[in-house]
Amino acid sequence: MSATAHDDHHHGPTFAEIWLLQSTDHKMIGKQYMFIGMFMGLIGAYFAYAFRMQLAFPGVNVPGFGTVSPLEYNALVTNHGTIMIFWVAMPVLIAAFGNFLIPLMIGCDDMVFPRLNRLSVQIFLASAIVLIASFFVHNGGFGGAWTAYPPLSAKAEYNLTPLGSTLWLLAVVLEFAAFLIGGINFITTAMNARAPGMKALDVPMVVWMICIASLLFMASVGPLVAGAVMLLFDQVLGTGFFDPDKGGGPVLWQHLFWFFGHPEVYVVLLPACGITAEIITVFSRKKLFAYKTILYTVIGTGVLSFFVWAHHQFISGIDPRMANVFTITTVLISIPIAEMMFLFIATLYGGSIRFTTPMLWALSFIAEFLIGGVTGIFLGSSGADIYFHDTYFVLAHFHYTFFPIAIIGTFAALTFWFPKMFGRMMNDTLGKIHFWGTIIPFNFIFIPLFYLGAAGQHRRIYNFNHYPQLATPDLQALRVLATVSLLVMLSFQAVFIYNMLYSMFRGKKAPNNPWNANTLEWSCPSPPPHGNFGDELPNCYRGPYEYSVPGRDEDFWPQNLPN
Amino acid sequence: MIDLLVQRASTYAADIDNLILLITVITGVWFFLTEFVFFGLLWKFRYQEGKPAQYVTGKEKHLKKWINWPHFLVICCDLIIVVAAVQVWYNVKQDMPEVEKEIRVVGQRWAWSFVHPGADAELGTDDDIKTVGELHIVSNEVYKFNLESRDVMHSFSVPVFRLKQDAIPGRVIQGWFEANAIGQFDIQCAEMCGIGHGIMGAQLFVDTPEEHAAWIAANSN
Repeated sequence: MSATAHDDHHHGPTFAEIWLLQSTDHKMIGKQYMFIGMFMGLIGAYFAYAFRMQLAFPGVNVPGFGTVSPLEYNALVTNHGTIMIFWVAMPVLIAAFGNFLIPLMIGCDDMVFPRLNRLSVQIFLASAIVLIASFFVHNGGFGGAWTAYPPLSAKAEYNLTPLGSTLWLLAVVLEFAAFLIGGINFITTAMNARAPGMKALDVPMVVWMICIASLLFMASVGPLVAGAVMLLFDQVLGTGFFDPDKGGGPVLWQHLFWFFGHPEVYVVLLPACGITAEIITVFSRKKLFAYKTILYTVIGTGVLSFFVWAHHQFISGIDPRMANVFTITTVLISIPIAEMMFLFIATLYGGSIRFTTPMLWALSFIAEFLIGGVTGIFLGSSGADIYFHDTYFVLAHFHYTFFPIAIIGTFAALTFWFPKMFGRMMNDTLGKIHFWGTIIPFNFIFIPLFYLGAAGQHRRIYNFNHYPQLATPDLQALRVLATVSLLVMLSFQAVFIYNMLYSMFRGKKAPNNPWNANTLEWSCPSPPPHGNFGDELPNCYRGPYEYSVPGRDEDFWPQNLPN
Repeated sequence: MIDLLVQRASTYAADIDNLILLITVITGVWFFLTEFVFFGLLWKFRYQEGKPAQYVTGKEKHLKKWINWPHFLVICCDLIIVVAAVQVWYNVKQDMPEVEKEIRVVGQRWAWSFVHPGADAELGTDDDIKTVGELHIVSNEVYKFNLESRDVMHSFSVPVFRLKQDAIPGRVIQGWFEANAIGQFDIQCAEMCGIGHGIMGAQLFVDTPEEHAAWIAANSN
């Protein structure tokens, strides 16, 4: 299938393949996605640092940034959100691990469309460059919130960032194009290139989840791209698709945006759930509890996710009767998601649980995501959302979903597959220091923000001194607590960066299967060579989670072993 | 629960607070129960020398019931929450009680302006009182508000009322409130509206009938 694409390079990757994104090897493309995503993550974290400093100490000269003007503040919060979702969560979780894992886990030599794959990462890099460029134009980057509601986003006289908002929109559209191409590749590869003997229900859960996430993305992104093009026309050609003065409808954008935006939550959630499933089975030495049921909950969640979007718009002036319908669908989605979490927890029953660094990350995903899950019920319930809408309660809620997804999920996956990606082991002690140094401050950042939200603190406010009820010393103390916790959490990331870079070059050499895991990627060398499995591709003889099978000497049973 | 943090000053604030309390109790029980089971399993089934893991597929009847029962209980809890949420929503947003006074609320970058009825208690007459940044109302009367925006999206948010409603340019959105506490409170703009979003606040003055009459008299010309 893709043999012609790499017949002629059995040497190591060349300069152009690594740095100019000329490689068609799925592992290289996965790493490129990961490092671009991590670099963008550093920018997103830097933005959070700058605006949290402003909130805790209004008017302070932020070290490494300077004083934050209101225009800069808006650009910082807008682009923090945009970057963390579109340039960190999506590339790292779906594109990086999807690219790296899918061919290895289903036992083939590369993606079905390797050149398309290369195009995908090239467009993605271009989108990142366009976004970064938007920070340096006149009046800086776009500051109309990551949801970009018109008319604010449509007219430069309102948002004051004529070029910044256009570049922002362009970058988002490019990024979507990159993921559309990547997603087509994932689904086609998983459908067509599985190892002989690998039936649909022998596919590792993470591959299922990434493919279903790609399907959700493909089905939901169309309306948003159409909306983005209309918004672009409104910005640069003076059309009036969203301009009420010209007969347009500003709320239309909100429907198009959230019709995509809510499935998008599940697009990033599902891969993180899949990663968790892989890790908890390996380190509890257990078969996944009710594989089929988990798969049904994923499909159920995916389908339902298309019918909940207007819960973002309860108070936005839509027909109030519509809120009732969307309350029902939104609260219903708790059923499959709760079921999935129950099944993950049930997987631990009867296990022999080893608390390695990747396992700690995977377990903390479950423990922390539950908070994000239950707080969502408040916001999905129309009556309660009247109060909570656009407060810090919403902000804390979605950080309790997105942080476990994008940050905890990434660290879980990276510490777990690092030996396979780079052929060396990471330091477990440093890994655990980094884990606790991240997870404890994380809770100290966002629990206070729940409280502030419940106290009526609304979002995207540069300085709360203009609101007498919010300017009290008690509430300010909580803002300081959140900011200080952020500083602690950010400083612990240095431990991770050191551990990653040191282990990449100097770490202990990794064996092929350091965790005694079953799935096919552990049967090839660490790191896998070009073509992955050498001359002979593996056969698959059983499901991916046959751990602790009675009557066997070993407590694992790799998928590729005949018996 | 919310009233410990933010005073209640409207007739429906208690309904919303009670709904939030109900959801807190239901989700709180589920949350702590789930975390308890989770950490309990982690402790009970931690790695111990000579104690291998069991082979469990998830098809065993005696284990499946531990998933199925919670599953049905979650559905029941969801139903309770949906019914309670829709009731509150209907009362606040779909229903309009008999109106006693009417006001106009206009959002524009970056201030709220208000048009109050004057001494004749009728909106749209010559003695209307226009203010910027100050809303004066009288307690224990049902107000209908007509919410407009001159430019971008804004959101009329009054935390003590538990009221929030977006303002959309080109449209007039109607809603209601009835204040039941005297005092001065914050009005916010809860929708990003540009560089001045952070300063787009206003003050709400809920007066007694006597105070309100005095205010009208002082501001009539």
